[in-house]
Amino acid sequence: MDERPAIDFAQLRRLVHGCVAADVERALAGAGQLGVRDLAALLSPAADAFLPQMAHRSATLTEQRFGRTIQIYAPLYIHNFCVNRCAYCGFSAANRIERRILSAGEVAAEAEVLRAWGIRHLLLVAGEAPARLDAERLAGMVRILRSRFASISVEVQPLSVADYRLLFAAGVAGVTIYQETYDPEVYARVHEAGAKQDYAGRLAVPARAAAAGMREVGIGALLGLADWRAEGVALGAHLAFLRKRFWRTAFTVSFPRLRPAAGGFAPLAPVSERDLAQLIFALRLFDPDVGLVLSTREEARFRDGMIGLGPTRYSAGSCTAPGGYGHTAGAEEQFAIGDQRSVEEVCRAILDRGFDPVRKDWDQTFQEFESAA
Amino acid sequence: MLTIAGRTFRSRLFVGTGKFSSSAVMREAIEASGCEMVTVALRRVDLADPADDIMRVLDRERFFFLPNTSGARNAEEAVRLARLARAAGGGHWLKLEVTPDPRTLLPDPVETLRATEILVKEGFVVLPYINADPILALKLQDAGAAAVMPLGAPIGTNQGVLTRFQVEIIVEQARVPVVVDAGIGAPSHAALAMEIGADAVLVNTAIAVAGDPVAMARAFAEAVAAGRRAREAGIGRPQTTAAASSPESGIEFLRTDEGGR
Repeated sequence: MDERPAIDFAQLRRLVHGCVAADVERALAGAGQLGVRDLAALLSPAADAFLPQMAHRSATLTEQRFGRTIQIYAPLYIHNFCVNRCAYCGFSAANRIERRILSAGEVAAEAEVLRAWGIRHLLLVAGEAPARLDAERLAGMVRILRSRFASISVEVQPLSVADYRLLFAAGVAGVTIYQETYDPEVYARVHEAGAKQDYAGRLAVPARAAAAGMREVGIGALLGLADWRAEGVALGAHLAFLRKRFWRTAFTVSFPRLRPAAGGFAPLAPVSERDLAQLIFALRLFDPDVGLVLSTREEARFRDGMIGLGPTRYSAGSCTAPGGYGHTAGAEEQFAIGDQRSVEEVCRAILDRGFDPVRKDWDQTFQEFESAA
Repeated sequence: MLTIAGRTFRSRLFVGTGKFSSSAVMREAIEASGCEMVTVALRRVDLADPADDIMRVLDRERFFFLPNTSGARNAEEAVRLARLARAAGGGHWLKLEVTPDPRTLLPDPVETLRATEILVKEGFVVLPYINADPILALKLQDAGAAAVMPLGAPIGTNQGVLTRFQVEIIVEQARVPVVVDAGIGAPSHAALAMEIGADAVLVNTAIAVAGDPVAMARAFAEAVAAGRRAREAGIGRPQTTAAASSPESGIEFLRTDEGGR
């Protein structure tokens, strides 16, 4: 099976910037499933005038499909080593930072802190350094953690189908892997060295995770690198491609905006809150069933304001440095977070907005684990 | 009174516990609905945790818990969930949901039948969520399902009983109770389901995301009761006036005497 969609970024950029108000009106008037052209119209500069209508439609669709709920999760950073040199990332091999990898015991201790805060959906994150953390070692950590959490997902280096199967059998339910940017020119520019330089190779990874049987696969683009409107159309095209081929898999889309990080990288193409909101609404209208993630990269005021308008999943209490929850030792964070509230405070804010912060919406019982322990 | 697997229910409205804005609103709406059976997603609750937000607010003496296997994508997963739920004190009643497509959440008929066969043998009271397929309903009934739960429309769509024609066949053929589940978006839809002979309806989204979930729960309770009463009273079939006013019945040639004998 083909693994990657055909994405002609330059053509998508022309498409999205060529849309006029009539295209937006047509996209909003359509009764059925929106196509990529409709998505482009909703992401176009012409759609800015329709933002209130888009927000309303997005809120209605989200409520209908997901109810008045927001699912809560937290990331746990295992290490900050990386073989890649990516201009925007604090973990870049080019940066002289304090690096650290947690032992299985330290990972369990960090996880215990999150559990005590009420976190039941865990995202294990690591830089890309297969020699430090391969699938086998990661699976070992998951086997220790799995009985303590409703679901465990991973955001690590790209793996083979066999490795994803190994992780799935160990208790991993989901894989998050971002293309970072769908613009091949910008991609080549910001990925200065390392395995991640392979644009086409990376584009094939979400399909591999789905093919391995993962329950959920998350894709995303790092906002601030290329034209966000065209990134949005590309994300939608990638999502539609995956949906058609992996109908048993649930998908999520994330919208990480660049945050200050070691290396001092300045965004190449800044994205405002209003832009980000348009992107979220457009994706919701394009796919009423997709999970939309809004992480602690964004500040509290914006996250609170967006509750109910489209996003379905919020991280909370996050720290992006390995060992950061137990404050066992200082290692560099991946980026500075924008919403520094505790899990409890985030949940309270969600409740105050009339939404239920759902901490558990999965169960490890769904998966049959391999017997090896 | 409605009887399922020997257990009687005064209310013919079942309510789902998902999508509410808080557990407090959920409890209030469920109380207002007058329902006696609530369905709870096993993925959502922690049966072992007394502090669980759903388990904590609902009195299990007053509301009979019907755990569901929402999220299961094949028979094995559903069976495993059911066994663990029973072991954790979730009881032996089960709303069986096998929905391999996370987008439409439509039920898989093959896996649902397979899981029903396994679970019935293990002593579970199985209420399978199905598409409104009359033959499948018959097969599930033969396999020992305690009720069948055909959908009115895909889950969460509020479209009403789009499957009316098939539901009517299912009702006509069923030996077990028929509970119309999913797609019911307004009290009038629930009333219609009851009028065409459903034994009960299950509602979740339409109550949970209503402007006032508590008032909506009450409205559903009234609609279900009215629809049931109408069914029992005997609803006249809509007549086609063209036929009624036709001057020729086509049998005028029939002689009333003994004819040419």
